[in-house]
Amino acid sequence: MVTQIIYKTLLASFILVLSLLVAMYSTLIERKVAGWFQDRHGPNRAGPWGLLQPLADGVKLFFKEEFMPGSADKLLYILGPSLTMFVALLTSAVIPWGPDLVINGTAYPMQVADVNIGILFVFAILSIGVYGIMIGGWASNNKYALLGAVRASSQMISYELAMSLSIITIVMMTGSLSMREIVAQQQGFSWNIFYQPLGFLIFLICAFAETNRSPFDLPECETELVGGYHTEYSSMKLGFYLFAEYINMFISGAVMATLFLGGYHFPGLDKLGLSPNVFAFVSFMVLFTKITFFGFIYMWIRWTLPRFRYDQLMKLGWKSLIPLAILNVVITGVVILLNQ
Amino acid sequence: MKSLTNRSKVVSNKQMTFWERIYFPAILNGMRITFGHLFRRKATVQYPEATREFSDIYRGKHVLKRDDEGRERCTSCGLCAVACPAEAITMVSAERKPGEEHLYREEKYAAVYEINMLRCIFCGDCEEACPKEAIFLTKELVKSEYQREKFIYGKDELVESPDPAKRVDVSKRQTKEVLEFKKDKRYKHNK
Amino acid sequence: MFTQYIFHFLSVMALFSAVMMLASKKPIHSVLFLTLTFFAIAGHYVLLNAQFLAVVHVIVYAGAIMVLFLFTVMLLNLNKDERSPKPMWVNIMAFIAGGMLMLTLIGIFRGYEIRSLQDPMTTQIGLVKNLGKVLYHDYLVPFELSSVLFLTAMVGAVLLGKKEQL
Repeated sequence: MVTQIIYKTLLASFILVLSLLVAMYSTLIERKVAGWFQDRHGPNRAGPWGLLQPLADGVKLFFKEEFMPGSADKLLYILGPSLTMFVALLTSAVIPWGPDLVINGTAYPMQVADVNIGILFVFAILSIGVYGIMIGGWASNNKYALLGAVRASSQMISYELAMSLSIITIVMMTGSLSMREIVAQQQGFSWNIFYQPLGFLIFLICAFAETNRSPFDLPECETELVGGYHTEYSSMKLGFYLFAEYINMFISGAVMATLFLGGYHFPGLDKLGLSPNVFAFVSFMVLFTKITFFGFIYMWIRWTLPRFRYDQLMKLGWKSLIPLAILNVVITGVVILLNQ
Repeated sequence: MKSLTNRSKVVSNKQMTFWERIYFPAILNGMRITFGHLFRRKATVQYPEATREFSDIYRGKHVLKRDDEGRERCTSCGLCAVACPAEAITMVSAERKPGEEHLYREEKYAAVYEINMLRCIFCGDCEEACPKEAIFLTKELVKSEYQREKFIYGKDELVESPDPAKRVDVSKRQTKEVLEFKKDKRYKHNK
Repeated sequence: MFTQYIFHFLSVMALFSAVMMLASKKPIHSVLFLTLTFFAIAGHYVLLNAQFLAVVHVIVYAGAIMVLFLFTVMLLNLNKDERSPKPMWVNIMAFIAGGMLMLTLIGIFRGYEIRSLQDPMTTQIGLVKNLGKVLYHDYLVPFELSSVLFLTAMVGAVLLGKKEQL
């Protein structure tokens, strides 16, 4: 019991540090990739290939002046970014990061919490993710921030529906809400993306909207709203908001890889006859590669598509994605019924 | 009306087909294009390590040339000041005293010669106007300063050093036509 | 026991935030305290080993309904001085309605005998599988009826939201 608790604590802190590190370096990779897409080099002055750039950015953010508008709601103003960061880090608890580690003959699952409602937990976290942005935007007492917050909340509520509907098909096929079970059923090459291409597409689009990434970055649309919900934020509070976006990218990539791309599975990997711990490590790296792939897609889309107009966003969400997702549910249901 | 360039397009409000309205082919095509840019040669010049190559006839800071014997070529005729569209050049002429023949080439010389680098548009008209081949533009750039007054360059900054090793090479700027022109007997004093 | 401490903590949190919801001056604070209450109650569900209920509680109440509340309150931006004073009879009506609810609750608790509860960890009724079986076997008709009710409400909302008069 005690060893289990120690192991879980260690694993949780490892994932925490990993998320933060990945978020840190995502900022660098984002800028690098943006540069390459625009025929530039990207940051390459701080350290070799700009590897120290995230540290420099962090130091800069820490030393910036802490500014708080005089008419702001003090408590909520601080609560906003903290909540955003907290919620962004919470989802990683239910993601299975790899097969069991075996230490002294005991199996230790590489998952912090194997709750039997893993997917619903992800959705619960998603649905409370909007609070940080709303509270921060409102507490700033600035009309741009408020507009950004209102946009964020309406956008997230709209796209949550299509997202959950696209996941229901996965649940119908797997017959389980546990992330671990869903990954286990995708062993080898029977990844869900081959059975649910439409569901994957809808989920991907909704994931873009939920993480407020371009082309759905209306809440922080700088051409209309200055900085959107974080207009009045500076220093590390702003850093928290920006950081949370990258953590959300990482985690949503992990969720997508887990649900659709077979999680840590790769065809032929289990036939290599590796020892359990090496196998666990290699599997983890496989999952990490998949997440990186999604991170790249996020950046790729960002530098390809222009931002949606607000009415286009709502039209896409309510009039295209939700009917498509319902259609997908019906088709999947019929196919499952016929195959019984 | 017939268009001049044949590049104009007639605007039509045609309905998009279903294939166009789902946008995915267009998005994928866009992604293909952006992906192609990943591997393009980068246009950036990594400045402190590498500098952008200047053209041989780049029009930068001016130089007042000396002749082969180290005498100032400028005769203070004022043609450059007249030619200057930005009115950046002023000068005060003076008469050469006996004993100054090794300093000034002609009987008249510019005692003061000033170019306001903030006014100058680096068009090179002064260079073209000069009958004595005294003023040239060089590859050198005008340095940044904190005071506006410092941008008024006097003779101390414009005239090249009498030291033959430190002369500014302007042979590249003298095109074939210029050299041909110089061969004329009437201009041989300008050597 | 460890769970007992958590229970006390959650109960105190739920009661405190419920009171603060009524007591706070700004409507936004009220909404946020109500959200906190919901989270405390979701925590209680987890203690009862009803994970499904807990998560659905968070999704539906904290994630959807309270966000809409927050949305409305933010857009209206109610301030104390902008609120029109309520007429006296509204206050009296509210008092009567609230008092009746309280009387009913007191009545319920007076007639309530404390039965020895089953250990929720052994029954596992709150888990998805068991809950789904109960819902779709024993209570299928009420479940479907309630979904029809939701559909009706949805159609009604769309109709109300339409601009042109019918």
